[in-house]
Amino acid sequence: MTEAEVLDGAALAEIEGMLSTLSTIFTDAGYAPVQPAHLFPAEALLDLYGEDIRARAYLFPDPAHGGELCLRPDFTVPVAIAHGAEGWERPGKYCYRGPVFRQQEAGIDRPTEYVQAGIEDLGGADRAAADARVFALIQRGLDALSAPPRRTTIGDLGIVLGLLDKLEMPANRRRQLRRHIWRPARFHQLLDTYGRAQPAPSERRAALFTALSDDRFDALVARAGDVVGLRSLSSIRERAEALASTRDEAPMPASQIALIEAVLKLDCSAREAPQRLARTIGTVVDLTAEIDEFSVRLAALDEAGINLDDIRYEAAFGRNLEYYDGFVFEIVAKGAETLPPLAGGGRYDSITARLGATASHPAVGAMVRPETVARARSWR
Amino acid sequence: MALVLGLPSKGRLMAATIEWFAARGIGIAQVGMEREYRAEAQGLDGLEIVMLSAGEIPHELAAGRIHLGVTGEDMIRERIHESGNRVESLAKMGIGNADLVIAVPDFWLDVDSMADLDAVCDDFRTRHGMALRVATKYHNLTRSWFKRHGIADYRLVDSQGATEAGPANLTCEIISDITSTGATLRANHLRVLDDGPILSSTANLWRSRLAPWGAPAEATLAAFRARIDAQDKI
Repeated sequence: MTEAEVLDGAALAEIEGMLSTLSTIFTDAGYAPVQPAHLFPAEALLDLYGEDIRARAYLFPDPAHGGELCLRPDFTVPVAIAHGAEGWERPGKYCYRGPVFRQQEAGIDRPTEYVQAGIEDLGGADRAAADARVFALIQRGLDALSAPPRRTTIGDLGIVLGLLDKLEMPANRRRQLRRHIWRPARFHQLLDTYGRAQPAPSERRAALFTALSDDRFDALVARAGDVVGLRSLSSIRERAEALASTRDEAPMPASQIALIEAVLKLDCSAREAPQRLARTIGTVVDLTAEIDEFSVRLAALDEAGINLDDIRYEAAFGRNLEYYDGFVFEIVAKGAETLPPLAGGGRYDSITARLGATASHPAVGAMVRPETVARARSWR
Repeated sequence: MALVLGLPSKGRLMAATIEWFAARGIGIAQVGMEREYRAEAQGLDGLEIVMLSAGEIPHELAAGRIHLGVTGEDMIRERIHESGNRVESLAKMGIGNADLVIAVPDFWLDVDSMADLDAVCDDFRTRHGMALRVATKYHNLTRSWFKRHGIADYRLVDSQGATEAGPANLTCEIISDITSTGATLRANHLRVLDDGPILSSTANLWRSRLAPWGAPAEATLAAFRARIDAQDKI
């Protein structure tokens, strides 16, 4: 951005009109309006996403109070934190509207500031029903804005996570694969590593294994210099022992890797998805519960009047959005796929546990981007 | 308009830079008081020298306030976003050599590589309820290196000096820093990971793509390059 942009006249009225249409739809459906601050302490986001957030959001130091502030990159995190502060156990349904701020890479035509109107549906114990009502409400909002014909893609990382849980594999490998599901490149690198015979240990590691088996670990570590930093001697010993105990672990079977890859490659209509998943997985593992759960969600969408033949299912969809861990969706304008999405959202149960809850709680949310709707309406 | 060349104003890099230019028939003499940071070029007309801190030279080049500048690749890549669009290297000078490395406590016998570090980040969060801390002044280079290795769960801690002492002072677990011989790392009970350096840096002569390049500056640059190229062909 080279100069401050000012929205006025008809363009301003168009966006304001869409925001109030959406607000009315959301509040009529029982979502209470909330207005989180534009600025909030960066700590929560840094803890959630790690350093990568610095390339996606605007963070800056707060000299008067110490620490760093963040211009909100979305509403989900501040709304969920505010809800949790009053207790995670009760349900909460919220709607919001206003600008969010995102850094963009140079040369990519995406706005650094844009408005969202959205909802967060927290604590709804019937997850399929909550997913369906959020999805249907967003569709209703887009209809009310006369959004042009749209293409919807859904995914469900619960299926992929379920597959990783059920496949027989050593616990350390399962843990690392689960951790990196949102980083496809690292995930595939791990699969590749696990699929090969383990390389001969480095000289340092060979000496470590010998010392462990000769009960000379203490002597070896004492020669390696002072204990500095918070990581303790005992945690090093424990990890060393774990490495030694898994040094003869067999490579992951090629059939397992092929199955994980095949599931991640699935791309079909939502109506066909449960059957295609069941056929791909076959009898290797029992994923009936996960697929049934997914089918219940589709049935709820069907009941809400959504045509499942018009919705794309992509098993790998949602992998670049770290906090989504279940149902996830994105809606783009047909013929204007280069525009940002018109709307999107998904389920993020597991991050509630990292936002202060003691365990994970049901959480799903979604938002509409009125500016993209406006651009799509006049796109040709 | 004169061709403006920014040179490091202090220390070993300044001395080595002056020698490098002298070997190419361009004398650089300090004028005024020693602490005045003024110098002039001898042996090439139309060349103006400004003495700057090595860390400021990237900004001046990127903003186009100087035509040429001498500084390390580490500084250029750390301080200029998408540096290739703003500056180009005219010569690797073979001085100011240093590696940017990830160094961990030597007693971490279970850690050889970034892949090990990834597993340790996970273990560290479980045990301490916080992210493993990495001290550095090279935030951008370090962040992109970690991203390249798929590591997300760590925190950068800013350190503008004596970074090697961070682990002993419990302000960080590991560091990302410049080293030339590794002696300081060893003295602080640290060891470089086996994946190799993030960057092997050397001082370069850089050209700003964004400075106002009028005919006089272009002409002086041509004469200047002829000197440099002649020397470096020998």
